[in-house]
Amino acid sequence: MSNENGNGGSDARSFEIKVGLAEMMKGGVIMDVTTPDQAKVAEDAGAVAVMALERVPSDIRRDGGVARMCSIEVIEGIQKQCSIPVMAKVRIGHFMEAKILEQLGVDFIDESEVLTPADEAHHVDKTGFRSPFVCGARDLGEALRRIGEGAAMIRTKGEAGSGNIVEAVRHLRQIMGDIRALTVLPSEEIPARAKELCAPVNLVRYVAENGKLPVPNFAAGGIATPADAALCRGLGAEAIFVGSGIFKATDPEKRARAVVQACTHWDDPEQLLGSCRGLGEAMAGIEMETLSESERLSNRGW
Amino acid sequence: MTTVGILAIQGDVDAHARALERVGATPRPILQEADLDGLNALILPGGESTTIAKGLDRLDLWDSLRFFVHSGLPMLGTCAGAILLAREVENHPVATLDAIDGVVVRNAYGTQVDSFSAEADPGAARGLEGLPCVFIRAPRWKTLGDGIEILARVGGEPVLIRQGNVLAATFHPELTEDLRVHDLLVRSAG
Repeated sequence: MSNENGNGGSDARSFEIKVGLAEMMKGGVIMDVTTPDQAKVAEDAGAVAVMALERVPSDIRRDGGVARMCSIEVIEGIQKQCSIPVMAKVRIGHFMEAKILEQLGVDFIDESEVLTPADEAHHVDKTGFRSPFVCGARDLGEALRRIGEGAAMIRTKGEAGSGNIVEAVRHLRQIMGDIRALTVLPSEEIPARAKELCAPVNLVRYVAENGKLPVPNFAAGGIATPADAALCRGLGAEAIFVGSGIFKATDPEKRARAVVQACTHWDDPEQLLGSCRGLGEAMAGIEMETLSESERLSNRGW
Repeated sequence: MTTVGILAIQGDVDAHARALERVGATPRPILQEADLDGLNALILPGGESTTIAKGLDRLDLWDSLRFFVHSGLPMLGTCAGAILLAREVENHPVATLDAIDGVVVRNAYGTQVDSFSAEADPGAARGLEGLPCVFIRAPRWKTLGDGIEILARVGGEPVLIRQGNVLAATFHPELTEDLRVHDLLVRSAG
């Protein structure tokens, strides 16, 4: 597998450079945007990156049909507008959409369950790309499988487009709990635990020894308010993604600034209270019981 | 014990904290004016310069940081931090501290697919030979004033510079195991 980036980097060096960009996003907010104007709102509010999309997840959910990679013109328009990194999504397993986004110079590729999967058995082999990848996960095994395939950032899946934080909380608690449980295992029990997790044993050993994932661990899926953002940070997420939550609210500018503020000051109730004032209405939310198993985006991927 | 503040609005604060601990200094996250009291040095980390600059607006911290610059205490800015130290930003301007007499260009090497790592060119300052440099959507100095010391270059471009007690790296010494840049900061803090 060649990973040469024209500057003589080895595979390992190349992986560090990918993880490096994820490190730079820590403590920040990545916002879904569908137009250059929205990208400007996000950047002016202090977003660390934007996710270029044709439709936000709540609209994808409403419209149904097959959701694919964003059109090139939409991404290019947003790239021209922004000085911050631009991310875009590919369908799970669609390595050709990923090749196209890499050629476009997209800063981060999200292999995302929000789009309709292209491959029900296999995710993209992410090691051969110069672009870093972020992937969703519901538990530690899923996170480590994606890292084993080359993902440079993990985010919880949550339930995208739901405006309901409950699934992101479930996934964060699961991943953080799985990590804590590993740190107290005796060394000889690591391989059997790796077998249970269906995860590479070297990565399981890394987590056991370091008490954290080998790549940054962010939260996504259902974050709609500054308090939701702070909750995810308080549960151990190092940064957050907000999808429909900003531009489906009544006052996106204010809400974007407030979520950024809450993500930085999640541990300071005075700042948090300040971030919650005068926001207007949040997006409408969906009760999980009303979603059938086939309507749950988090069930996509393995 | 040397206490070094790390501006903690956003970015790779943890990576700097680990590097500081390994060179024997105590890191302290900075989120308000009172956190600056009694510091021996200050780091502006990597991250997004627009995000950090807007956070400084919100927290009303610019004057306190400018006071810190004028006090002559040692500072280190890496990547986004180096941008915030510049006199002027050529493209996508953000507010800055004017601690380095230079004009900086953001994302000067391209997008993330153009990010790279390299060793410092031969001829780096003594003690910094072969410094490993990781560039992530890195900035580049377009012009630098006469009084600025160039400690390391990569591909002929100045990547580690010093004006008075202020160090600016367009790369990320905090992302490698090589602690010489953090050591330089902490030693200058006495």
